[in-house]
Amino acid sequence: MIEKMGSTRRLLGAAALAAMLAQAGPAVAQDETIKVGILHSLSGTMAISETTLKDVMLMLVEEQNKKGGLLGKQLEPVVVDIASDWPLAAEKARELIEVNKVDAVFGCWTSVCRKSVLPVFEELNSLLFYPVQYEGEESQRNVFYTGASPNQQAIPAVDYLMNEEGVERWVLAGTDYVYPQTTNKILEAYLKDKGVAAEDIMINYTPFGHSDWQTIVSDIKNFGSSGKKTAVVSTINGDANVPFYRELGNQGIAAEDIPVVAFSVGEEELAGLDTAPLVGHLAAWNYFMSVDTPENASFIETWHAFIGNEDRVTNDPMEAHYIGFNMWAAAVEKAQSTEADAVIDAIVGVEVPNLTGGTAVMLANHHVTKPVLIGEIQDDGQFDVVWETEGLVPGDAWSDYLPESAVLEADWTDPVNCGNYNTETKSCGGSM
Amino acid sequence: MPHVAPLCPAGHLPHKGGDQPAGYSSPISDVGRKAITSKLLISPLVGEMSGRTEGGNVGRILLQLIALFAALFLALTPAHAQSVEELVRQLPEGSYSDRGKIVAQLAATGDVRLVPLLEALAAGELNVVEETGQVVTTAPSGDTVRLTDALTAETAGEASKGAVVRIRVNNSLRRAVRAAIGQLTLMSDSAATRRSAAEAMFNAAEPDNLALLDEALAQEEHAGVRRTMEQARAASILKTDASAEQIAEAVDTISARGDRAALGILTAMLGQADDDVRPAIQEGIKAIEAHLALLDVGQNVWYGISLGSVLLLAAIGLAITFGVMGVINMAHGEMVMIGAYTTFVVQNIVRTSFPGLFEWTLAFALPVAFLVTALIGIAIERGIIRWLYGRPLETLLATWGLSLIIQQAVRSIFGASNREVGNPTWMSGSFDFYGIAMTWNRFWIVVFALAVFAILLVVMKRTALGLQMRAVTQNRRMASSMGIRTPWVDALTFGLGSGIAGLAGVALSQIDNVSPNLGQGYIIDSFMVVVFGGVGNLWGTLVGALTLGVVNKFLEPYAGAVLAKILVLVFIILFIQKRPRGLFALKGRAVEA
Repeated sequence: MIEKMGSTRRLLGAAALAAMLAQAGPAVAQDETIKVGILHSLSGTMAISETTLKDVMLMLVEEQNKKGGLLGKQLEPVVVDIASDWPLAAEKARELIEVNKVDAVFGCWTSVCRKSVLPVFEELNSLLFYPVQYEGEESQRNVFYTGASPNQQAIPAVDYLMNEEGVERWVLAGTDYVYPQTTNKILEAYLKDKGVAAEDIMINYTPFGHSDWQTIVSDIKNFGSSGKKTAVVSTINGDANVPFYRELGNQGIAAEDIPVVAFSVGEEELAGLDTAPLVGHLAAWNYFMSVDTPENASFIETWHAFIGNEDRVTNDPMEAHYIGFNMWAAAVEKAQSTEADAVIDAIVGVEVPNLTGGTAVMLANHHVTKPVLIGEIQDDGQFDVVWETEGLVPGDAWSDYLPESAVLEADWTDPVNCGNYNTETKSCGGSM
Repeated sequence: MPHVAPLCPAGHLPHKGGDQPAGYSSPISDVGRKAITSKLLISPLVGEMSGRTEGGNVGRILLQLIALFAALFLALTPAHAQSVEELVRQLPEGSYSDRGKIVAQLAATGDVRLVPLLEALAAGELNVVEETGQVVTTAPSGDTVRLTDALTAETAGEASKGAVVRIRVNNSLRRAVRAAIGQLTLMSDSAATRRSAAEAMFNAAEPDNLALLDEALAQEEHAGVRRTMEQARAASILKTDASAEQIAEAVDTISARGDRAALGILTAMLGQADDDVRPAIQEGIKAIEAHLALLDVGQNVWYGISLGSVLLLAAIGLAITFGVMGVINMAHGEMVMIGAYTTFVVQNIVRTSFPGLFEWTLAFALPVAFLVTALIGIAIERGIIRWLYGRPLETLLATWGLSLIIQQAVRSIFGASNREVGNPTWMSGSFDFYGIAMTWNRFWIVVFALAVFAILLVVMKRTALGLQMRAVTQNRRMASSMGIRTPWVDALTFGLGSGIAGLAGVALSQIDNVSPNLGQGYIIDSFMVVVFGGVGNLWGTLVGALTLGVVNKFLEPYAGAVLAKILVLVFIILFIQKRPRGLFALKGRAVEA
């Protein structure tokens, strides 16, 4: 089986599939390979975003195998499809760990997916690397958050608008689920902290896949015509963005008048859009495909060669997987073991290069350090970086701007070893 | 000193130190500027002396006098300003705000050659040749790019692609450029250009603009443009320490405009106005708000009709398959999705093979989408549904499964990500209808939905196929004994319903994203419309769709989009309790069958 592994990607994929289907197979291969679980939606609503992440993981595993694998063993990817169905995600996670005996899992996109697989990882003591920006307010021993927490995306973006664009009036628009709601709660607290009056903040939620934006866009227009500079902070998710930006363009709201800064719109989402009316609108991420570094150039080159299509873009969650995978590999080398406990101990403090010319460090709270970049949408569907933080921002699990979580800290090293350590009562177990 | 608004864009930061001479000694409008500078600076003095004479004001008056002399002195110094050429060369250097300052200085030179250059800059088309520092626009020619000097419009040879660097712009720089273009084109020969220039100055009002506006107003003859210029002038006056009368006059001019922009200016003014002008401003605000409240009702009705027409398009095919045939077709949304993907494919073919016909893409896509989806519909009816007539639960499950299969098939063929379907120009942008903003794409979709509805009505009422369809629905056995091939009619009816769903897909590709999930978003709404309107009645579908659209849009501003949707659902549930057969119930024996 090992010779087959090394040959081509297709065979590798086939082997993974075979391993998945024929459950007698793994028993043979168990000792010779290190298995990496890939837990993404390949069908259903979220397939739009997650299919690419599955591909990038296969690429990373292939690259690692070319370098000789880990601990002298080859890596073997095990792909499962969670079909945008969250109870199924928990079942599939269990299957990966119990049946396929994977040593680490890379996966999930939505917060609800993460929340539903969390108990499984806790119970079976395995590792999950979660690659997407999320709402924070969480830190779990078995999970590594390689995407941005709110202080690595939302807060710097608001700072940029406030300081550079002179924005005084804020529309917080989002899709109605946990990530936008928590992020907006943090942002609202932050803005009020900065002296923004309550009547200068408008919060608006829309259902998933909302397609009729006429009323909301005209509300934004009205809200923005009070003589104060207005901006929209958008946590609108997925497909709903396309009709939203189209409506903005059609109603003649240009980025110079009311800029929209989005946290969920990246290169991949723009690929399905006519970007001409969007030029100048902003996005805040920790990575843009347009960043000009040698690491990024070689990453893009590898990606294009792997996927066989020069037009495919790269985006922020892909970089997060890149960082997460390399951190895991480094931690395994450091611990000389793939055991969950050994890796959890070894990974804190591990430093790997990111794609924007800096380094990502795994912190004790299982978040990583990241630069924050603000990019303006260009007519070619790429972002032009107009601002970036000086240096790296450490990820904060518990927001400092919400009273209930300001006192909490996460630290998975001795002696604290707690995901919600209350610094006031000096006890583990949150504010409750 | 003229009051400077706290929130002017970076390009309009107050000119400091060495910048000033360049900005204030342009050859074109020196006289006008001088005149207005003194007028501006003197008038507040007069106002204050006659009005209030508290001791604290003496210092301020002194300061103003010094400023007056300084301004006169600067205006009289000979031009040792940087030339336009030098300024243009500085453009690529420095930060965004530095470039904004240079743009403001360029605008102050009044050199009209700069207009195309600035337009290119705003569009992100301005480049700099790295070696020579020459600012150029480029056009690709093979592996190299042809250079054109941005200022003189002379050709400047060719260069390799790597030798030129784009001059980057951000939002604040774009704002500065827009204001600069406004200043430079205020004296243009075309009335439309003058008007848009005045509009730009209205939006970026600044005391510095007054001189230019006065000059332009003196020679302006076009009434409409004059009005816009006066509004721009009034907006600029509000940014100065003008006298109470002047402010009152300006407030009048602006409130006569009556739109949101005017309201914004007045609201911003209210916060910093003196007590004596405040009532005038408040009155202006009140008048505008009353006017806008009226418009809002009209706007909401329009939004409702537009949402209703989208619902109508999505539901009208279902009104045939579900309403007329009684087949619960959960794969209806996927027919819409296939219609949208057909548009994508047709557009791609047009783009690559006949780029000149791009504007007509939709016209080609309509028949193709209709045929494709109608054929798929007929295949579904013949292959699956005809075995399940009279077994609604099985039909529901089978078509639900089918919808998942189609979705995944499309995902496998076209990929999971959205596909881009471009808007033709006649479907982009918006127009103003008595103060109500209507976007063109929504407008055409309303027209299209009504046209589809009318055609369908004609087909059902005036053609042999329609007659047979109605006959089969009303009494299958009787129709059959009259010689109608009922299985054939079933297939055609289902094909027609699916084909119309395909047409809806073409329209929806213009406002929604073309992704495998497109249909899912519409299936529930479609059933809602058909059930609400009355199963089996096309008119019911029309009225149902428009009612739900308008109700939804009137609820949305108060309840929010999420709650509005829930409220509409609750309303339908209650309504169905009261009238189980919907708005327009079919009467007769067919209903019991």
